[in-house]
Amino acid sequence: MKKSVFLGALTVAGLTAGAAAAATLDDVKARGKLNCGVNTGLVGFAAPDANGNWDGFDVSVCRAIAAAVLGDPSAVEFVSTTGKTRFTALASGEIDVLSRNTTWTFTRDVDLKFEFTGVNYYDGQGFMVPKALGVSSAKELDGATVCIQTGTTTELNLADFFRSNNISYEPVPIETNAEAQPLYLEGACDVYTTDASGLAATRAAFENPGEHIILPEIISKEPLGPLVRHGDSEWVDVVRWTLNALIAAEELGVTSANVDELAQGTNNPEVNRLLGTEGTLGEMLGLDADWAARAIKAVGNYGEVFEKNIGENTPIGLARGLNAQWTDGGLLYSPPFR
Amino acid sequence: MATYSDPPAGTFQLSQLINDTRYRSYTFQIIALIALFGAVAYLLSNLAANLQAAGLSFSYGFLGEPAGYDINQSLIDYNSQSTHLRAAMVGVLNTLLVALLGCIMATVIGVVVGVLRLSPNWLIRKLMAVYVEIFRNVPVLIWILIIMAIFVAVLPQPRDFRGEDAEASMLWGMFAFTGRGFYFPMPVFGPGSGVVIAVFVASVAGIFAWRRHARKALFDEGRLLPVFWPSLALFIVPAVLAFFVMGRPVTMEYPELRGFNFQGGIFARNSLISLWFALSIYTAAFIAENVRAGILAISKGQTEAAASLGLRPRRIMNLVILPQALRVIIPPLISQYLNLTKNSSLAIAVGYMDLTGTLGGITLNQTGRAIECVLLLMLFYLTISLAISAVMNAYNNAVKLKER
Amino acid sequence: MSDTHAQSVAYVRDTMLPEQAPPVSEAGVIKWLRENLFPGPVNAILTLLAIYFIYKIVAGSLPWFLNGVWTASSLAECREILQGTTGGCFSVLTERWNQLLFGFKYPSDQYWRPLLAFVLLIVAAAPVLFAHLPRRLLVFSAIYPFVAFWLIWGGTILAPVIALAGIIAGLLVFRRTEASGFATASLAGLVSAVVIWWLGGFLSAAASDVLALRPVPSRDMGGFMLNMILGTVCVSLSLPIGILLALGRQSHMPIIKWICVLFIEFIRGVPLITLLFVANVVLSYFFPPETNLDLIIRVIIMITAFASAYIAEVIRGGLAALPRGQYEAADSLGLDYAQSMRLVILPQALKISIPGIVNVAVGLFKDTTLVSVISMFDLVGMIRGPILASTEWNGVYWELWGFAVLSFFVVCYGISQYSQWLERQLQRDHR
Repeated sequence: MKKSVFLGALTVAGLTAGAAAAATLDDVKARGKLNCGVNTGLVGFAAPDANGNWDGFDVSVCRAIAAAVLGDPSAVEFVSTTGKTRFTALASGEIDVLSRNTTWTFTRDVDLKFEFTGVNYYDGQGFMVPKALGVSSAKELDGATVCIQTGTTTELNLADFFRSNNISYEPVPIETNAEAQPLYLEGACDVYTTDASGLAATRAAFENPGEHIILPEIISKEPLGPLVRHGDSEWVDVVRWTLNALIAAEELGVTSANVDELAQGTNNPEVNRLLGTEGTLGEMLGLDADWAARAIKAVGNYGEVFEKNIGENTPIGLARGLNAQWTDGGLLYSPPFR
Repeated sequence: MATYSDPPAGTFQLSQLINDTRYRSYTFQIIALIALFGAVAYLLSNLAANLQAAGLSFSYGFLGEPAGYDINQSLIDYNSQSTHLRAAMVGVLNTLLVALLGCIMATVIGVVVGVLRLSPNWLIRKLMAVYVEIFRNVPVLIWILIIMAIFVAVLPQPRDFRGEDAEASMLWGMFAFTGRGFYFPMPVFGPGSGVVIAVFVASVAGIFAWRRHARKALFDEGRLLPVFWPSLALFIVPAVLAFFVMGRPVTMEYPELRGFNFQGGIFARNSLISLWFALSIYTAAFIAENVRAGILAISKGQTEAAASLGLRPRRIMNLVILPQALRVIIPPLISQYLNLTKNSSLAIAVGYMDLTGTLGGITLNQTGRAIECVLLLMLFYLTISLAISAVMNAYNNAVKLKER
Repeated sequence: MSDTHAQSVAYVRDTMLPEQAPPVSEAGVIKWLRENLFPGPVNAILTLLAIYFIYKIVAGSLPWFLNGVWTASSLAECREILQGTTGGCFSVLTERWNQLLFGFKYPSDQYWRPLLAFVLLIVAAAPVLFAHLPRRLLVFSAIYPFVAFWLIWGGTILAPVIALAGIIAGLLVFRRTEASGFATASLAGLVSAVVIWWLGGFLSAAASDVLALRPVPSRDMGGFMLNMILGTVCVSLSLPIGILLALGRQSHMPIIKWICVLFIEFIRGVPLITLLFVANVVLSYFFPPETNLDLIIRVIIMITAFASAYIAEVIRGGLAALPRGQYEAADSLGLDYAQSMRLVILPQALKISIPGIVNVAVGLFKDTTLVSVISMFDLVGMIRGPILASTEWNGVYWELWGFAVLSFFVVCYGISQYSQWLERQLQRDHR
């Protein structure tokens, strides 16, 4: 009898939980804060400044979502996550969205039951070595000691790369980017490997960035993007279209500077739909009409976010490359706002 | 606490459940049981609900899938195509390796320090007290990280050995102490080395036989035969003779700098060494205290009695004090071993691939099976702990004072 | 003797010899040196080795300390000032002082709050630690946790006040109804406390700005402060739980006994780090989806469970060490189980177990550094993460680790010296 009662409790709890878990948007609105999972510290992508304010490329996505949903880009609670904790934090509901340069892979999407809402950075895994080693290609790394961040796809790519090229290496697993830096700088490993963007960001924090080079080989595809829990389509839509709004804004020439002016109404119907002066797109999302305008106003369009945090004028100095608009030969291609 | 106030038979009142000592314990136990079941059911139902909401399931199927990552130190055959289960096995063996090495070294240091703390030499006594206090009162994690920092920041890296006027050089051309770890020469057993090994094993057996013989001679006939020098001779001479007779079949392979790293020889990684040393010196500080307490626990009368029998100080220690002190020392010693084994899980801080690093680290990250991995991890440590406790209980029973 | 044999011996001295100075080797410094440093050849060698060792350490570290730079703003600047001479770069400590103590997220204009809480902690701990201080001070110790909570976490003062009021009400009700039995009284006390908390919840929600300090979320705690918070909170929480577990393990009721045995042995069998993994990646699965426990709370839960198992074993030792006569005496006075435990057994058993409890507390405080492994920024986490990885301080190891060693050593050595002092005090009582 005890067993049946127990099972009964289990199903009831399961049903109520299933119903409750499906409304992240309502939760966020009720809470008045967005819980956003970010990196523990990667300059340019997500790092706290001296006053504890978070800043960076991934952080801007969180702020844009907060601005769209809550109207306040600062209504974000940043939860720093490591490679190990990020998925549990998301799956268990500790965070609403994970924006932590996370690679979109099949197993993460399908087996771990997450929903990638898009790609905010097309990346690939690269290698950084000190210039003094005189290495010019990753194929010359036979027998090298390689520092890797554990819990990332880079670990698996690395094993595949060295196996397929039939060369040997010595992996040194490291938990966070911060711990990898001293090991690499003092020469405890010859090579540091992670996403090329991460390498650039790490190198930017070195005292003498010029003494290190990033090898030309990019050994994997790493589409990085924000992700949310599977099964809450409304929330998926909000996150996906906030990201798309930033991308579309760049394409349409909407910037944080002119968004107020354009929001008065323009001749371009797509801009009008995006900024909420035409149609009811915001309503369909469960938000108000000027959701996208707020997001753009808060952080700027995709291009502005890129330039401000990781672009060529920042210490990180990344070129747009694949991350240019499709009109400029890149891969960024927002579906139409219609 | 028995109560003899018979209540009228047959008229059971509900208040008796709480006021009558005959029933009260049942009431409490049933309440506790219900509360426990309730709590467990609540937690499990939450778990089920959360897993269902996330669309996950509880399964150990991932253990059979290819792990996909490489492990730098493995005692068994392993490559990135091996299964997660095999990766976990590699981790288990690495845990046991560092625990075993750590226990041996901690015991040696601990016993030496513990004895020296009772030395008549004031300076040595104080020095050892300082050692014990410093290492006991600072977290072992900090020691692990400090030793790792020595590797990273102080020791020369392989690149410093390169070039004509290199900053660092190998010790006698045999040992290389680099920031990535220590390289030692490795014996290579050529044809015919089997004979040398057999001779060596035989001579070790011979040492034991000689000791037995000497002891028997002492007990039966009262003749005191020398033990130390014959043992030493037995240990060295036959093996060396065999080595040269067989034409030096055992050669040494020396590490040498090739490419990015030293190649050849035995390589002890910096992660292994920092973990091993840190655990050893930390645990040794506790063991030293146990040893000291154990020796102090033997009353002075025992020493004096032994001295009055005409025993010399070394024999007093070996024949009278130590056998008694060990009875006091060994139980806490074993629980220190247990602590050391559990502390070895801090390997993750320096990237040593023990079980926490493989199963609880990379496998957990790559598969996302947090609950399954952590459960398995706990199970393993629990097994080790119970095994060590069983050994301790067996020992305690064996050495229990058999008093009349 | 001399009387009887005075005639039979050739010579008897009848005056005192003048006192002579003892031989040089048997007096003063030389005697001490001979006996304590050079009692034999082996010890002489050891002494010389030790002196050489000490000399090496002092000669190596003294210039490093004396030449230390305290005012540079980065390692490069520090090296410039030193011009290649040996010297520590202690400026990393001065520049990152606040980060080392409070983490990098605690609002910097609010640092006085944890500092005040720390000072008050010493005041509150004093009457608990030293029995000869006036007992009235214990009142402050009792309200300290609530004050500290308010100071560190901020928010309205009503929340801790209501929590305190609930506990006081519970205690009062317990006292009133004690005559009707321990179980009933505890139940009544618990109910009244819960009622007060429930009612107070509305009050503090309605008036959330009464005497409000700026609220600081727990994930902003860091640095040595986090170690102190985890240490004190977990030890104080685990004491009552540990007592209950110890009593449960001694109990004659098999079910309760086995529950306690299983819990204690399980917790003691696994390393703390796996429990922290549970807190980090597993525990949230066991709570309803809408609850959103902070990582720090989950960590406190697991560390408390860990500590209480160890404390339970220590207290069990204390209970077992009490002579059986004490239990029987309490029974023969007609005390029931709760009374005999509360009035007779526990006061004595706890007294015996104090040194053991202090040892557990020291061990636990040291173990709080493990939270750095699950990416919390305690002292060790701050050093390994933000500070060593920053552009300015890349490569400053010894100053930072030295600071960490010193901080923990001061606290842990202090506590263990206290425990030894207390042990001596208690021993005197038993003689």
